[in-house]
Amino acid sequence: MFARGLKRKCLEEDVPADPVQRQSLLDMSLVKLQLCHMLAEPNLCRSVLIANTVRQIQEEMTQDRSWCLPGPQTVGRAPRDRLMSTEILCRSAWAGPPPAPDPADLASALQVVPAAQAPRASLGGSWDRAGPGESRGGFPRSLDQVFETLESHGPGAVEELFSDVDGSYYDLDAVLTGMVGSAKSGPEGLETFPHPASSKFRWVNFLKLSFICLRQYFVLRYIF
Amino acid sequence: MAGAGGGNDIQWCFSQVKGAVDDDVAEDIISTVEFNHSGELLATGDKGGRVVIFQQEQENKIQSHSRGEYNVYSTFQSHEPEFDYLKSLEIEEKINKIRWLPQKNAAQFLLSTNDKTIKLWKISERDKRPEGYNLKEEDGRYRDPTTVTTLRVPVFRPMDLMVEASPRRIFANAHTYHINSISINSDYETYLSADDLRINLWHLEITDRSFNIVDIKPANMEELTEVITAAEFHPNSCNTFVYSSSKGTIRLCDMRASALCDRHSKLFEEPEDPSNRSFFSEIISSISDVKFSHSGRYMMTRDYLSVKIWDLNMENRPVETYQVHEYLRSKLCSLYENDCIFDKFECCWNGSDSVVMTGSYNNFFRMFDRNTKRDITLEASRENNKPRTVLKPRKVCASGKRKKDEISVDSLDFNKKIL
Repeated sequence: MFARGLKRKCLEEDVPADPVQRQSLLDMSLVKLQLCHMLAEPNLCRSVLIANTVRQIQEEMTQDRSWCLPGPQTVGRAPRDRLMSTEILCRSAWAGPPPAPDPADLASALQVVPAAQAPRASLGGSWDRAGPGESRGGFPRSLDQVFETLESHGPGAVEELFSDVDGSYYDLDAVLTGMVGSAKSGPEGLETFPHPASSKFRWVNFLKLSFICLRQYFVLRYIF
Repeated sequence: MAGAGGGNDIQWCFSQVKGAVDDDVAEDIISTVEFNHSGELLATGDKGGRVVIFQQEQENKIQSHSRGEYNVYSTFQSHEPEFDYLKSLEIEEKINKIRWLPQKNAAQFLLSTNDKTIKLWKISERDKRPEGYNLKEEDGRYRDPTTVTTLRVPVFRPMDLMVEASPRRIFANAHTYHINSISINSDYETYLSADDLRINLWHLEITDRSFNIVDIKPANMEELTEVITAAEFHPNSCNTFVYSSSKGTIRLCDMRASALCDRHSKLFEEPEDPSNRSFFSEIISSISDVKFSHSGRYMMTRDYLSVKIWDLNMENRPVETYQVHEYLRSKLCSLYENDCIFDKFECCWNGSDSVVMTGSYNNFFRMFDRNTKRDITLEASRENNKPRTVLKPRKVCASGKRKKDEISVDSLDFNKKIL
């Protein structure tokens, strides 16, 4: 029962409705998350609440964008950059003592990118929320995220990143160099790879492609 | 604050102020307060890890409960700052919660906790001491044995009252995250401690192990969207407890159902009002405190803007809702910016469960009478600190014309927060 005489307001006057205000709220939230991340032992409740707020804003922004026509790349780029950094910040704030993102998790991010076929649901939730319209956008988004993280960790991070990745599906040598080779080497090579028609094959191929791109990117990046 | 009965209306008068009124030392900031079951003792914990216990004057107890003054009874350092070498983190000594145990003998017991460690303290009085030792002088020095010619039996003589606090149990190393609640079970043998993601059950006699009864930590921390904010045992049923979350839900669990109470028996959640939905809806719905009524039939929750009373038999909505500071609803964005929106408030019932009380900003505290549906706002200000001053009710005007004696929302002091 409400206290006598008080009316409940229908609308909240202070809530940002237009995109600019929403963006500034998102920026403010990301700054707060970053500050949480900088603390040795962040206040978990606060971090969770801010991260949930950020997710909510992102969802709305994505929904709005999916209704709009695709605009110039530069305009779309900036908010997407901001969208990417959230997951890193969230993860870093909650991961506990070691703030560095777990290499296995980042590698799994690449797996999850084809959202419809994602074998592991671990990160699937956070990507799936983008909605069906964004599945194409999901691919470059995940790579960009990985690039950003790796940049912050230096050149040695690439090897470290893939060092303890699950070997059954993505043995790095096999994927990057051996796929063509082992296909020629005969039945024993073919046994280790799924049937070409299966979805796993398409998925492994996709992984292979993304690893190659990743490696190329770093080679180019550190040359120039 | 003391309430004096006068017909139907209760008048609230200022009674005492304890602590340094002028100094604002960080370590002295009180972080928790708790009366014992009889109301005779009041324990306060501060940021510096100290516990100060006040005792009500004995003489006035017979004439009038409400006029008894409280004096310092005991002060002790409960927790010290620690360093976790494994994680390279400092553990704050700030006392998060104090809970009294029901009195079983002459001594008093209380549990106090910081972020990581819970301690059981025994507070005992000593008002007699043995005198007349054979081998020792009165000051403790040993007598020369050759001068001892007679035998005498030491006797107890009265002395000035000395209150001693000694740690009897230390319950450590059971929480990875910060402890936010402790609650003693009605069996008076066990208690629970809750951190952001887990709740542990302890036996008061056993310090080297505890049972984990709730664990909401996801396998993948990135999926974390909800934390535990408060937990309490039912006052009568020793198998029942509740815990509240940052999403505004309360779960009631029965320990008889299974060893790990991850599956709740009841889930209390009010559906969101779509007209009030905003980006801050979740933050302001986060529950900061949950308290059972003395009867055990109801429980009260405090979220950022309101106090809700739930009937344990009805899960889909509260039976009563009281707006604490509705005028802040239009300021949520600014409060988010200055972090005030994350402040946690407590709430409490009066002895007969007829009135509930909670804190607000600007040193205001609010009381809601459940029977008359009247509410009152009072200010715990330093200016009013003459004893027996009747506190004037305060009003905050949200917008428009400010009446005389009203204070406008923009001039509220958000640094002055009542627990």
